[in-house]
Amino acid sequence: MQPGLSLPQHTLTLSAPAGGKQGAGPAITHSRLENGLQIVVIPDHRTPVVTHMIWYQNGSADDPPGKSGIAHFLEHLMFKGTKAHPKGFSDLVAELGGQENAFTAYDYTAYFQRVAKEHLATMMGFEADRMTGLILTDDVVAPERDVVLEERRMRTDTDPAQQLNEAVQASLFPHHPYGTPVIGWGHEIETLDRGDALSYYERFYTPANAILIVAGDVEAAEVERLARETYGRIPARDKPPRRFRPQEPEPRAHRLVTLTDAKVEQPAHERVFLVPSYTTAAPGEAEALEVLTHLLGGGHTSLLYRELVVEQKLAVAVGAYYMGTSLDATRLWIYAMPTPTTTLEQLDDALDEVIARLVDDPIDEADLQRARTRLVADAIYAQDNQASLARWYGASLATGLTIEDIADWPDRIDAVTADAVQMAARKWLDKRRAVTGFLLPEAVAA
Amino acid sequence: MAAFAEAALSSRAGRVQRVFSPGGIEAWLVEEHTVPLVALEFSINGGASQDAPDRPGTATLLAGLLDEGAGPHDAEAFHRALDDKAIHLSFSADRDHISGHLQTLERNTDAAFDLLRLALNEARLDPEPTERVREQMAATLKRDLNDPEAMANRAFRAAAFPDHPYGRAVRGELATLPFITRADLENLRGRAFARGTLKVAAVGAIDAASLARLLDEVFGAWPELPDLVTVPATSVANLGARRVIDLDVPQTTIRFGRPGIHRRDPEFIPAMVVNYILGGGGLTTRLFHEVREKRGLAYSVYSQIQSFERAAMLAGSTSTKNERAAESLAVIESEIKLLAKEGPSEAELEKAKKYLTGSYALSFDTSTKIAAQLVHLQQQGFDIAYLDERNKLVEAVTLAEAKRVGERLFGDGALLVTAVGRPAGM
Repeated sequence: MQPGLSLPQHTLTLSAPAGGKQGAGPAITHSRLENGLQIVVIPDHRTPVVTHMIWYQNGSADDPPGKSGIAHFLEHLMFKGTKAHPKGFSDLVAELGGQENAFTAYDYTAYFQRVAKEHLATMMGFEADRMTGLILTDDVVAPERDVVLEERRMRTDTDPAQQLNEAVQASLFPHHPYGTPVIGWGHEIETLDRGDALSYYERFYTPANAILIVAGDVEAAEVERLARETYGRIPARDKPPRRFRPQEPEPRAHRLVTLTDAKVEQPAHERVFLVPSYTTAAPGEAEALEVLTHLLGGGHTSLLYRELVVEQKLAVAVGAYYMGTSLDATRLWIYAMPTPTTTLEQLDDALDEVIARLVDDPIDEADLQRARTRLVADAIYAQDNQASLARWYGASLATGLTIEDIADWPDRIDAVTADAVQMAARKWLDKRRAVTGFLLPEAVAA
Repeated sequence: MAAFAEAALSSRAGRVQRVFSPGGIEAWLVEEHTVPLVALEFSINGGASQDAPDRPGTATLLAGLLDEGAGPHDAEAFHRALDDKAIHLSFSADRDHISGHLQTLERNTDAAFDLLRLALNEARLDPEPTERVREQMAATLKRDLNDPEAMANRAFRAAAFPDHPYGRAVRGELATLPFITRADLENLRGRAFARGTLKVAAVGAIDAASLARLLDEVFGAWPELPDLVTVPATSVANLGARRVIDLDVPQTTIRFGRPGIHRRDPEFIPAMVVNYILGGGGLTTRLFHEVREKRGLAYSVYSQIQSFERAAMLAGSTSTKNERAAESLAVIESEIKLLAKEGPSEAELEKAKKYLTGSYALSFDTSTKIAAQLVHLQQQGFDIAYLDERNKLVEAVTLAEAKRVGERLFGDGALLVTAVGRPAGM
């Protein structure tokens, strides 16, 4: 039986000890080695497997100017080998029945393996080894750069919708590096070399810049012991590099970005607002934005769906997304696909009206309660998936939040009032803070 | 270490209960109260292969309408009833099945099953949601018209299975989507919604008695036997053909395939092992090494064995810039021929077996993954004991068997290839 905490209804506390009432989550621990490496353990004893992740608190937004894509390119190169494992350890992970991968985002880079629990120590040894032991030669760097260029072609260069999205982000963040795609700009990726990768690696891949997350059939004391024997042997380095990123000025002009392409048969609309993140927001503000986003675009019962899809029949699909887990000021997305007889301008006007009514008219209490209920339930659903929990904790900690922030999150969502939602809408869903993107066929003028 | 893995495996089948409702409906259950959630997965036979030839997309449209109003609730009221309790309910159709996916907080279990009951027995198929979902399907089809991956798949499907239901579009065609009628939807529902092909699995905070009661409430009113059109067995046609579809993009998306070995075939397990070595594994396969790592030709390259009810295929995909796309395809073809001719090495076989046995547990670490696995096993006609036997079957594969089945799987290496882009020299 897994210990949990007694809690009021609708809440989930993930970091506190013992109890036993249904609804409580596992006891999550957070500690730190002498060399600065953070350790988070998320027990899940239902299946004898573990998810082992190491997160580095640097992402594409920390790429040096002119070297866009280096965080992601290095992530690929981290599989190329060390002195101890000259061909990398992927074959060894596979032989142990493990699955592995890695990902790069704006604010962090993470590596993970999922294995039977008895192989955890081996994974920790592998990952600790490549924190300092990476060896790169030009004959592995060059083909891997081609791989990344193919990745960019696959994701972006063959897809007009992705190209529009890049242009919208670049317009929303003309100053902050969030305006540069994670994978980098093609012409800069082409110039990245071994030296760029190694100097970036030297700078960021240090124990104090890393967070170890282990979720699964483990106990905290055992994980901490294994961590001391592996990661603990890495000498301490300087404090983690301060992530200095130029911040956006207050935006004053709405921007419309239009991409036309002969390949577009189904037009699409997006509107992205510059808003605070959980890390930068005033207390309660990010939670209000979360609830606001859900009210606006969270599925079939949301305001936008009811208004634009069901009632006015201007759109076939709409949605909204708040990218709240972000080190710096972030994005709130609204996206829609028009019906065949609707222009993007009509859709755009209708969207403005829904937002204006949200600001001015009273919010339906049942709608608000539904949004809060579904968000709080997401925290319970997350407990079913150790890999998702590990990602949630890793992304939160790597963007400056604490275990307590995650534990309190359902309570804070429950506390969001109609007033708070309307204030957030008035303040942040100001069109002057936004970029609108139109995706259109070539024949139609925007 | 082997003993440990064995113990873990034994407990896997041991944890699954076979539950029979008073009305005779069977479900497989893993009762687990650690997390206050219940997951239910089910499927029935009767997916897109039951669509009328001139009405592809019927099963997809029906699946999309089941949660768009049922019983006393119109579409909006039904979605509110789900969202007020944060119940996750959705339905989908593939070539052979219509499937349902339910996940709920334990405290809302009765309400969740009641909404499922309404969706499966009293879906209203009202005009408003029907036109709305139809428009959504049309928008997706339009979006895919010039999407390289969708284009390559479409061309592949049409060339692989001409004049067969598997050659038709699961999600419909723009030209015929407007003509699917309410009568078509009701006809499919009447023919397919039956207990005879129903496979159910539940995982989470629910006991056998409660599940048994709910099974009868949800599925009890269905007739015993479905009335499905027989789908003939088929195989990948047009081997050796290369269909290049022009699209103005810098990269060529390649889809390749040939006949496979079916999940129910006694030689499926060795085929799975051999495919793992070719392109089924992650970062360690021959295709990954040769196409990606060594030559930098692609970000993604893989092969897999796909089993439909009435066909099996070996299928794979990659994407390479136009200038070098022909090289990618040549490398893939040569690797397939090499593995067919020489078979895997002893070391490769051992590594493949270690991965496939060791990683099996990773498919069982969330409720929804477990439930989906249990439904899949029932679809393929396996019993619960298979959960324990599967790794033993993998371990028993010999080098001679792997070589022989590799020859059968890869044959002369002839492939059906579709390529979208502007590949040089292809």
